[in-house]
Amino acid sequence: MTALAPEGTGAPGRARLAARTLRSDRWWLQPLITVSVLVAFIVYSTVRAFENANYFAEPYISPFYSPCITTACEGNTFPELFDGPAFLTPALYILIVPLGFRLTCYYYRKAYYRAFWLSPPACAVAEPHAKYTGETRFPLLFQNLHRYFFYAGLVFNVILTYDALLAFRNAEGEWFHMGLGTLVLLTNAVLLWLYSLSCHSCRHIVGGRLVHFSRHPVRYKAWTFVSKLNPKHMQYAWISLVFVAFTDLYVRLLATGAIDDPRFF
Amino acid sequence: MSYEANLRVWRGDADGGELQDFTVTVNEGEVVLDILHRLQATQTPDLAVRWNCKAGKCGSCSAEVNGRPRLMCLTRMGTFEPDESITITPLRAFPVVRDLVTDVSYNYDKAREMPPFVPPERDADGNHRMQQIDVERSQEFRKCIECFLCQDVCHVVRDHEDNKPAFAGPRYLMRLAELDMHPLDGVDRRRLAQDHFGLGMCNITKCCSEVCPEGIKITDNALIPMKERVVDRKYVPPTWLGNAIRRRRQ
Ligand code: SF4
Ligand code: SF4
Ligand code: FES
Ligand code: FES
Repeated sequence: MTALAPEGTGAPGRARLAARTLRSDRWWLQPLITVSVLVAFIVYSTVRAFENANYFAEPYISPFYSPCITTACEGNTFPELFDGPAFLTPALYILIVPLGFRLTCYYYRKAYYRAFWLSPPACAVAEPHAKYTGETRFPLLFQNLHRYFFYAGLVFNVILTYDALLAFRNAEGEWFHMGLGTLVLLTNAVLLWLYSLSCHSCRHIVGGRLVHFSRHPVRYKAWTFVSKLNPKHMQYAWISLVFVAFTDLYVRLLATGAIDDPRFF
Repeated sequence: MSYEANLRVWRGDADGGELQDFTVTVNEGEVVLDILHRLQATQTPDLAVRWNCKAGKCGSCSAEVNGRPRLMCLTRMGTFEPDESITITPLRAFPVVRDLVTDVSYNYDKAREMPPFVPPERDADGNHRMQQIDVERSQEFRKCIECFLCQDVCHVVRDHEDNKPAFAGPRYLMRLAELDMHPLDGVDRRRLAQDHFGLGMCNITKCCSEVCPEGIKITDNALIPMKERVVDRKYVPPTWLGNAIRRRRQ
């Protein structure tokens, strides 16, 4: 038993109950899983973003380093646009987009507000903060810019799809070959598309903002399609996150020579 | 098959109260509300409990069972272990009247603040016309039975009494979304939703959707779409800049 929370469930007039929650199920399990997976991903991707090596194994490039836009890049997958200072790895120029996209995503917001900020840790479990203003002020007001990260994310999806197509070559650069890595890159691209197309901002942009669906039959169709994907947005968010890391790991294992890419043809 | 269940029921009023232990007979197929009625009939004739339809349609019997906001008439005893003790308390976001009955007038106050539906002029034959696909989306929100479980679970007010004046709660933010999506409504409710009814306080953590007995996807289908509509109106960079300049001029 904890003390009454005078700003919340212990406010004057409400039923006197000191318990922060009377839930008897394992409500802490979900936030615990969220924290574990997200922390694991953050640690892994940070290490990889600073490693600045082992992200290219002909013909595959890791999604963490694509599009590789500086002259410091390994391999030749994307126009090299400028010389960067050596201490900035090619990954650091681009990670802001996927990071911003996921950070402002309506689903991830729910996940980290609950699991990291405990606001609330679970339904009907009191949060530990005395004051709460939600997304009405700086910096959380900027969550409202999610749609711009969505647009930028689409550009990345196109590039990663292009990378998957380039993976239909062999080490000599000849087309119409395929290996396990091709499949990995292709799956990664498909999952990213599913994640992006099921996005709430996407749903709004394609048709959700309309009042008269009947006057816009094509956009109504598009909205209906996105609305079918949207309920699975959470699943796509997790699967695509884990798979991006796996794709990177696969390329790393090839690049370091730890494994060989099984070639199909 | 009958068994004796351990019940812990909150009894008291605004001045104080506590959980009291009872042992009550449970028969197969019964719901929590049945057990409270038996408790009332056999041991505590003065137990205050609000109910009406016993069919999950009137929204009166809202309470918290083992810490979860639920309709007592839809909570089957079969979902608990026979030896589990079951805790029943009034809704913890609203002032208590007595025992399991709370004063939910916060919700009625918010309902009164909602700007009403404003239809256009009627067609020449005296009718209003609209297409089914244009109203379909908001029909989901009309399933609401006003049980206020979503209002009770929402941490914005549950954990912060001081937010009540500024926050209308999921049920009424959903009402704004319903009207904003309505093909015949003539009022722009986007600014109002953000500036007056506190949509920005919602952090889309979805507890309202989790507890809704009607299974309405409040967050996904009403609150998030409404947030996106507010972005169109308030936070698209040209609009944002324009508003900032206008404010400086004034
Ligand atoms: S999603 Fe928003 S309105 Fe619903 S319970 Fe959470 S904070 Fe409240
Ligand atoms: S939206 Fe659902 S939970 Fe909220 S008052 Fe209506 S029926 Fe109850
Ligand atoms: S990416 Fe999750 S809501 Fe847009
Ligand atoms: S008594 Fe009507 S909803 Fe439970």
